Amino acid sequence: MKITEQEVRYVAGLANLKLTDAEVARFQADLDGILEHIGKLNEIDTSNAEPMAQVLYDAEKTATLRADVPAPALGNQAALANAPQPGAGYFKVPKVIER
Amino acid sequence: MDIAIPSLTIGRVREGLLSRRFSAAELAAEALRFAQAENPKTNAYLHFSPERALAAAKRVDEQIARGEDPGPLAGVPVAVKDVILTKGVRTTCGSKLLANYVPPYDATAVERLERAGGIIIGKTNCDEFAMGSSTENSAFGPVRNPVAPDRVPGGSSGGSAAVVAQGTAVVALGSDTGGSIRQPASFCGVVGVTPTYGRVSRYGLTAFASSLDHIGPFSRSVKDSATLLGVIAGRDPRDSTSADAPVPDYTALLDGNVKGLKLGLPREYLKDLMSETGDLISRGVDTLQSLGCQVCEISLPSTDYAIACYYIICTAEASSNLARYDGVRYTFRSEMSDTLSDMYRNTRGEGFGAECKRRIMLGTYVLSAGYYDAYYLKAQKVRALIARDFANAFQEVDAILAPVSPFPAFKLGEKLDDPLAMYLSDIYTITGDLAGIPCMSVPCGNTAGGLPVGMQILTRHFDETTMFRLADAFEKAGLPA
Repeated sequence: MKITEQEVRYVAGLANLKLTDAEVARFQADLDGILEHIGKLNEIDTSNAEPMAQVLYDAEKTATLRADVPAPALGNQAALANAPQPGAGYFKVPKVIER
Repeated sequence: MDIAIPSLTIGRVREGLLSRRFSAAELAAEALRFAQAENPKTNAYLHFSPERALAAAKRVDEQIARGEDPGPLAGVPVAVKDVILTKGVRTTCGSKLLANYVPPYDATAVERLERAGGIIIGKTNCDEFAMGSSTENSAFGPVRNPVAPDRVPGGSSGGSAAVVAQGTAVVALGSDTGGSIRQPASFCGVVGVTPTYGRVSRYGLTAFASSLDHIGPFSRSVKDSATLLGVIAGRDPRDSTSADAPVPDYTALLDGNVKGLKLGLPREYLKDLMSETGDLISRGVDTLQSLGCQVCEISLPSTDYAIACYYIICTAEASSNLARYDGVRYTFRSEMSDTLSDMYRNTRGEGFGAECKRRIMLGTYVLSAGYYDAYYLKAQKVRALIARDFANAFQEVDAILAPVSPFPAFKLGEKLDDPLAMYLSDIYTITGDLAGIPCMSVPCGNTAGGLPVGMQILTRHFDETTMFRLADAFEKAGLPA
């Protein structure tokens, strides 16, 4: 077993995902199979490899920086247009602190 | 008026407009009517954009009336994958979470193709947030392959491949993170192109895995993809990862002459092929050889580790990118939450489909405390080895030929229960994305059962020109009977 039911529930918590018990069981089995395959990576020697953090690694580090000039923003109305619950120019959410 | 939409190319549209055989407005109206009538057969379009299309067509007609050049895509009916933002036109990403999302701005690629005279007629179905290889993960139902309606069109850009194959658009935009343009192009028998990483701005492309995401074209001819890429490519200050590299006129160099080009066949890509696919690829290689190319075997030794590497990197990045769908800003919110943290959890639990949840879970797991070095860092190093394999190969050859998928289009539902098997089928396409090099699928014949098979052409960073030249010469040579 690469991953336990408890770990699946812990990871779902980190990801802010509410899962049903059936989903927990399903994902435990799926992730187990996938992690088993991923374990293959232990076979390959990477001692001579730098992590590839940039895709076009031969570009200059500053090649794509732009001038820091202010530009018009979306504006309040457009930014809120897709909000499930806008109010008074803000995004409204349920209470944050429980009494 | 009589316009056969499925037989149109960018060139024929231009000819028809400039000879006044039809106007852009007439063409747009007919394209919309035809696409809407045909769509129930495939479910490839999620929604249409008649107002925007007719307004764009009117601008093209006015330009022509004034004697101005209406642009390289003048009047061309274009479909856009529904992960690419269109201002004022619903963009769902195939997700219940964004079922009613109307973007406040356009993607740069959309802006550029409209400025070139292109007419966006609708948005195409896809796997939810572009995660999948069959378009069965859409919250709005699967797409049927127009060539074989009981089969998938491939994915995740299955809708864009299907509309081009079906003839309900002349060209389309898709996105590719691990093969999502080339694999559906192969399954539907059309041309699909994943350009160099950074070639096309991703501003306005809904982020899935940012170090792997690309926008690219679908078309029925190599030349049309070359034209469309030429329009959308180039530096964009709104995407800091877009490359500041000159964009050549890709169509100017399609002269059919590929004599003397050196092509490599990676031995690691040919061993697990289904025999019919393998036979068609070999015949494709023979064709290019008969056109004067030199073919040799090459080795990409890290290939075996590519799937594991890819599914760590793409899920890690996806788990971060999809964190924003929390019920605050983007249309969908779970109704049954008393507190903020419940609202986050319930919204995401109810909103995401199974494949997105699976990838968010895997990505969160590999990034979680204690696992970073073993998974993400290790995968980044393996990615460097895969890129190095390609760099070494391109010391010897000008282009690499490969299959796109181990098998042709499979039946709807056939692979849904085995996510690992679905992931493993991406083996030939993910390596190009990991290395960031340009790659495309070009049709190379059908199986005995009539299913299309694509051949993949991969070239050096920013050398789309050689890729298009080879594909175009191959297309002009015709498929063996």
